[in-house]
Amino acid sequence: MYEFIAFYVFAIATTILFLITVMSKNVLYAMSALAGGMVMISGFFFLLGADFLGVVQLIVYVGAVMALYAFAMMFFDATKDIKEKHQNPSLVFLLGGLMSLLFVVMFSAPIIGDNVQALYPVVENVGVVENVGNAQAVGMVLFTKYLIPFEVAALMLLVAMIAGIILAGKKMDYSLTKCEAIDEEMDIEAITENEKGEA
Amino acid sequence: MLEIGVNHYLILSGLLFSIGLMGVLRRKNLLMLFFATEVMLNAVNIAFTAIGNYYGDLSGQMFAFFIIAVAASEVAVGLGLLIVLYKKYGSLDLDVISSMKG
Repeated sequence: MYEFIAFYVFAIATTILFLITVMSKNVLYAMSALAGGMVMISGFFFLLGADFLGVVQLIVYVGAVMALYAFAMMFFDATKDIKEKHQNPSLVFLLGGLMSLLFVVMFSAPIIGDNVQALYPVVENVGVVENVGNAQAVGMVLFTKYLIPFEVAALMLLVAMIAGIILAGKKMDYSLTKCEAIDEEMDIEAITENEKGEA
Repeated sequence: MLEIGVNHYLILSGLLFSIGLMGVLRRKNLLMLFFATEVMLNAVNIAFTAIGNYYGDLSGQMFAFFIIAVAASEVAVGLGLLIVLYKKYGSLDLDVISSMKG
């Protein structure tokens, strides 16, 4: 009963917030609605027994990714409404509706084809300790079965960090202060050379 | 009716994914396109976790973790590119940015 109420509350809230994200003209409203929707999505993870994933969703998405978006919005004009020119809105809605129907059918298809076997069941595969929590089970699977993808993900995050630094800080090579300092040095050198020549 | 099964989660996930897809289709601003992409990634995370919970399998959660890692690095690189584009063109509108005629 509680799961029923919680699921529908989270589902309606998430759908409305994401619709605001997609339809809103203001960047600030869209970003706030996206952050709220991600908080609501972590509720689904807690409902599904994936406690660790819910916490990671809260920390990484709502904490880090949205903070990064908010930081990047300082470079753009966020208060102004976005003007978008749509050439054929009705065609977009028709195609979007058809695709929505198709995707909903595709996502619910595994219920009909009910013959998929679990590869790594939760407790049997780990098999070390009884009554382990979700965080322990995730740790045991992540550092045994999924160790190499984990390391590759770490490498990918490192590459992304370097790329972000290089892309966002590209103009830092020739800043104004550095040029002024060089100019002053050159002026001083010229003056001293002139004085030497006069002497 | 009061039982919440995996199909509830899958249908919700499909709805959220199609909301994100609609956003990707109709948005003209690059930052808004990024927001729509995040919506789609979150919808897929819900589907993975629900199916993993249904089969008693932790692989679904593992894939959701890796999707979160991919999303984080995508945002880092993508926002750097957006800043470079905004410095170059002064706008993030796709009609302004696009240089190919077609």
